[in-house]
Amino acid sequence: MIDKPELWTVIIGLGIGSYALRFAFLGIVGDRPMPPWLLRHLRYTAVAMLPALVAPQVVWPAATDGAADLPRMSAATVTLVVGLLTKSVLTAVFSGAATLFGLLYLLG
Amino acid sequence: MPSTTPKKRTRAGAFWKGAADGAPFLLVVAPFAMLFGVLATEAGLDVLETLMFSAVVFAGAAQFTALQLMQENAPTAIVLASALAVNLRVAMYSASLTPWIGAAPLWQRAIAAYFTVDQSYACSVVQFEKEPQMTVPQRMAYFSGVLSPIVPTWYISTLFGALVGTQVPDTWALDFALPITFLALVAPMLRTPAHVIAAVVAIITSLLTAWVPYSLGLIIAGTLGMMAGAQTELVLERRKANA
Repeated sequence: MIDKPELWTVIIGLGIGSYALRFAFLGIVGDRPMPPWLLRHLRYTAVAMLPALVAPQVVWPAATDGAADLPRMSAATVTLVVGLLTKSVLTAVFSGAATLFGLLYLLG
Repeated sequence: MPSTTPKKRTRAGAFWKGAADGAPFLLVVAPFAMLFGVLATEAGLDVLETLMFSAVVFAGAAQFTALQLMQENAPTAIVLASALAVNLRVAMYSASLTPWIGAAPLWQRAIAAYFTVDQSYACSVVQFEKEPQMTVPQRMAYFSGVLSPIVPTWYISTLFGALVGTQVPDTWALDFALPITFLALVAPMLRTPAHVIAAVVAIITSLLTAWVPYSLGLIIAGTLGMMAGAQTELVLERRKANA
């Protein structure tokens, strides 16, 4: 059982820490100019972080206890390719979901 | 730049566009928050403690990490350090949003900071890049719009999970809603060789570093991906200047 003082230390500490991480740039830097090298890196934050965040879930899904899974791999590939070709987020989402559920149903 | 015709947006228009773009994430947020409610009560937290946890911290992955480690009786300092490491990526989100909304009033940025999560960041950065002519107030309105369906759902689903203790059945495959939506958001952003290289380097590194504890592999992968993108941009610019 988790003891209460520890729980509240964690809740408050984690609350402050998480907020500090988020406030760091937005709050403190604000509209002060940032050096060009930093801006150049920040232009690639989204295209680096978001795929990196999901890549392990695509290759080793938690739902299959980490076993590679054809429906999930195919769905990820279809989503990416459709997104690249159509430049439409919604079309990509629906194509990916259709692939996932279609294959889960067929192979299920 | 993509060939979008400049759209005239009002603040209300931007807010509702954000709400529409944020709505699909409910499929991810609702079961995720519910699961936290279920696991937290199973770990012995009461309903108020569970809700406070979700409200004060407001970072799903970090909350799961902290909960897990507390159950394993890890020292408090380790619990905090690990959960914060899992959440390090939001510092990068914050940095990446700063060029877009850094000029907003401090009180707005202070509120936006609390609400900087995967979903609000992903939608916003896509939208801001797509329509760079948006004004700062419009961008803030869009950001708030994305959050408008997500935040109430986050709290209510946590509460629901804590009270009812039910989980969404595995057969719905909702575990995969997040990868699909994020890949769909990122794909249209891959419009230059530098963007593609950044993504490829980040993906490969993240797979190679998946064994690194506390999600630190993600930070390594993201950083290397950003460096690869920035370097490619420099090389391509130099080549263009020499041509």
